[in-house]
Order: sequence, then C-alpha cells, then structure tokens
Amino acid sequence: MIKQICRKSWFSTFILAILLILLSCVSLFVGVMDIDIPTLLSGREGMELKIFILGRIPRLLAILCTGVGMSVAGLIMQQLCMNKFVSPTTGATIQSAQLGIVLSMVFLPTMGLGMRTIFAFIFAIIGTLLFVFFVQRIQVKDTVLVPLVGIMFGNIIGGVTNFLAYQAEVTQQLSTYFSGSFALILKGNYELVYLVAPLVILAFIYANHFNIVGMGQDFSRNLGVNYNVILILGLSISAVITASVIVIVGQISYIGLIVPNLVTLFKGDKIRGTLIDTALFGALFVLLCDMIARSVIKPYEIPMELVVGIIGSIIFIIMLFYKLKHGKKAIRWGGHHRKHLHGAHHGRHHHHRRNKEVGICE
Amino acid sequence: MNVVDLIKSYGSKTVVKEVSFTVPKGKVLSLIGPNGAGKSTVMGMISRLIARDAGVIDFEGQDLTKWKSKELAKHLAILTQHNNVQMKLTVRELVAFGRFPYSGSRLTPEDNEMVDKAIAYMELQEYQDQYIDELSGGQRQRAYIAMVIAQDTEYVLLDEPTNNLDIYHATNLMRIARRLCDELGKTVILVLHEINYAAFYSDYICAFKNGRIAKFGPVEEVITKETLSEIYKVDFEIMNIGGKPLTIYY
Repeated sequence: MIKQICRKSWFSTFILAILLILLSCVSLFVGVMDIDIPTLLSGREGMELKIFILGRIPRLLAILCTGVGMSVAGLIMQQLCMNKFVSPTTGATIQSAQLGIVLSMVFLPTMGLGMRTIFAFIFAIIGTLLFVFFVQRIQVKDTVLVPLVGIMFGNIIGGVTNFLAYQAEVTQQLSTYFSGSFALILKGNYELVYLVAPLVILAFIYANHFNIVGMGQDFSRNLGVNYNVILILGLSISAVITASVIVIVGQISYIGLIVPNLVTLFKGDKIRGTLIDTALFGALFVLLCDMIARSVIKPYEIPMELVVGIIGSIIFIIMLFYKLKHGKKAIRWGGHHRKHLHGAHHGRHHHHRRNKEVGICE
Repeated sequence: MNVVDLIKSYGSKTVVKEVSFTVPKGKVLSLIGPNGAGKSTVMGMISRLIARDAGVIDFEGQDLTKWKSKELAKHLAILTQHNNVQMKLTVRELVAFGRFPYSGSRLTPEDNEMVDKAIAYMELQEYQDQYIDELSGGQRQRAYIAMVIAQDTEYVLLDEPTNNLDIYHATNLMRIARRLCDELGKTVILVLHEINYAAFYSDYICAFKNGRIAKFGPVEEVITKETLSEIYKVDFEIMNIGGKPLTIYY
C-alpha cells in the first residue's frame, strides 16, 4: 500500500525535497563557530559572514553535488549493467580515477588541478569500460560474481596506484583523495563539482535509453536503440561524475550502491521515475553523514567517508536481509506463481546450454 | 520480405547454407526443424539481431542493413527469450517502450492511446501497474507482446514464444499470434519447436534441416508423413482434425 502511494505520486519527491531544504539550512549553522541569523543579517561581524560565504555555503553545495552525483552515477551503472550490486565502488571507477590522479602527480607534477582532473576523467572512463566489457565478454551470469570481479579489478588498480604513489613519494598528498571529506572545501577550490549538474541533466534526458539498454541487447536493437553507443555514453557519464567528485572531495563509497537500491525498492526501475528521488535522497544521505562527522568529536571532525562507511555498510546488510526475506515471502504466499517463475528460469538455462553445445545460436 | 542465399558460419561450422525464401505477406509463417537446423539463426538474421556472412535480405524494397535502425523498428518487431525479466518495470512502462521508435522519450496523447489499446488487446488492464517481475510467465509474455503491438509494425517476429509456457499459456499465445495476423493484418513469423502448434496455427511452414530448407510451403504440403520423418528421423502419423493436419510422433 505504502509502496503504491510512493510510486504513483510525487509525494515521496516532495517530502524528500522539503527534508533536504530544511536540513541544508540546519547544516549551514553547524560548525566550530556559532553563527546565527541575527548577527549574520546585522552585517556587523565581518568574520562570521566571511566564514558563511567562503566556507559554509561552498561546503553545503559540494555536499549536495556529491550526494546527487554519486547516487545518480550508481543508478546509471546498475541499470546499464543489469546488476544491483554494480556501482562506482564495485565497478573499479573510483580506483581508476585515483590511478589517473597519481599518474598526473607523478609525471606532470607542475600541472595542477586541471590536469589532474582530466587524468581522473580519462582513467575513470577507461577503467569502467574495461570492467564492463570484460564482464560482458566472459559472460558472468552470477549477479554476485560481477561486483566481486569489479572489487578485485579495483584492488589491482589500487595496488598499482599505491605502488606508484610510494615510489614517487606522493602518498601523503594522495591520502586526501582516498578518504572523502568536506573539511577542506572553500570558495575557489571546489567549483568543479558543479559539473555534476549538467551531467545529471544529461542522464535524465537519456534515462529511457538507459532503461532500454538495461533490458538487453536484443531488446535495444528491436527498438532501434544503439546498444553500445548508449552503454558507453551512460558509463562515461557515471565515470566523469565520480571522477569530478573524487578530485574535489575524495573517495565516497557506498552511496552509489545503497541509495539507488533503496529508492528502487519503492519506486521501481524506470529511471525517469526514480532519478529525481535518487538524487534527492543521495544528497540527504551525504548531508546527514557530514553533519554527524562534524558533530561527533566537536570541535574537530572525522572524515565523512568513515561515517558513510559505517552507516552504509549497516544499511547494506539490512537491505540484503530484506531482499532475502522478501524472496522467501514470495515463495510462501504465491506458491504457484513462484514455481512458474522458477520453471521459466530453469528452461532458459537449459536453452542456453543447448545453444552453447550447438554453437552459440542453433 | 525476400531472402536470397543466406549464409552464416560460426568458426568452421556453417549453420545456415544458402537459404532462400519469400515471406508471404499478411500470413503466419512458422520456422520448424530439429535442434541445430538453423531456424533460429535464420530468424536472428531476418530480424537483424545476428549479422549474416553472405546473402540478401530484401525488406520492403531495401536491404535490411540499409534501413535506419529506428525506422526499421517501426516496420519490424522481434521478440526473443533473452530479455531481462528481473527489471522492476510496470506492465504499462514496458508497453510504452513500444512507442520509443516513434516518439522517443516523449509520449504524445496518440502514443498513450496506442499503449492503452495494446494493453486492452492483451487483456492486461488489471495488471498494468504491476511490475513485470511479479507476473507469471504467461502474463509476462503477454506484456511483451503488448509492447510489440504498441510498436505497431507490419512484421512481428517471435522467437520460440511458447518456450517455458505450460499448455494453457502456450495455446493462448498461439491464438494471439493468429489474431495478430487475422485481426490486425500483421505478417507473423515464428520459430517453433512444437510441430502441432505450427501445423494448427500457421498458414505456411518452412522446415529446416542441416542449415538448409527441407521444405517450404502451405501447411498441408509440409506436414506430411514423408517430409517430417525425413527431417526429424522419427516415425510420424498424420491425422486430420478440424481440417488441419496434426501429427503424432513416436
């Protein structure tokens, strides 16, 4: 019942938007220095206004962009790969972007942020595409195996990154890019994350294309959609979003995995219907985690990646259990229905096996 | 649709050898034959899902490869068994994808009307807001066919549509295929394993053996004791039920 209401109306979107606005306002006034609205408006305390404009507002905007970006990147990857466990974290995107950053530090140390960003973009795209095409080539059928391959692939890239960083003695510098934190966000050094906005809009425009590609190669071709072009476009959008977040904020894992999964649970897989909710919920999630990170050991703060990691893994486990339970329920309540499904799967496997024996397709 | 000298090899094995035939317009054509006879590969090639090695497929005066993908999607629809059924899309959302070649992501009121009609035609109104992964195999198959109806093509190709369905749903599906032809005037091409479905519901049958056409013609000409025994290497008896030749094999 609740699910139906959530899915059908704009109700959930509305609630999420209101919550996000409220919490954004609250977050502006959380920090080491107490700032309140009267002093701000009086204009007497220049220091406080400066903190507000140079620190707090940029931080908030960076948080929102990160939350929106990472969750949308995850959503697109999950849909395109037809796998709920694929995300920038489990699809080698983050690690590839980090490798790009280290390479730019090692070989072009004087080039600064711009070059670093371009390297991160290129490597994130290459890494993600490599992973996806590899998985498609070897035809991994098991849903859990795909992210495991991704994690292994990511770890190999991570190993190379660490080795290079160690050799070139840039490990210290690199640590910023490994644990995401909003502590260093200031006006003038974070604007790159705005890139998330046009990319998310682009993703919205191509949402139906991504859905169709997610239904498979034959399905896409039947509707006149170029499978490979859309696949590469979608993965590139995800990779560039991820890379731009990493360059500015650092590694933020789990969001791309959890947020789309939670929203999909209620709103289904039609991207047009879930994208806005996913983006809002992602922003809300990161905002909450950041506020916790800032409040736990006041006046200091812990890396927000740590908070996301703890909360994220807990939610992830709950989600897995929910899915297990949900599956069992379906068996018990609709025995006939379920059996049918099972039969269908069995038949299909059989079909595949037969095809393989004969030589791909008859 | 005119097919001339179609050839397809996988590695050193040639699975389709110089296959030529003409698809009768506005009729139901079934491709039958034993496993590995090449019928599904031929289906794949005439539906542009599989690339051919040689030969010509003339579709409405133009070679299939010359067609723009999106334009072709308005004239020819193919339904295979390899769709992602785990997707949480509602029946309506799925059927609406059938309008994609026409309007892309923006559905016009006419598109929505077509979607309504397709859903009604498949009697899926009460399920239209349910997710396809919650449906039974038969219902889901009907949802996919509703999408093809919304796609509004002259040619509808169904690759082993009765696979994984029980007798009730499979028979229903064959009736639907017949109705697509009789009521909506579509040319329907099916790949079938069940000879009797092919015999009862088709106008023409194309029987394959070892990558070649063993026999092509109206049902009565193909469904004969001699032809079928030759193709399948088992003994057949043909009976006449309701004016249709039906087979018993043992």
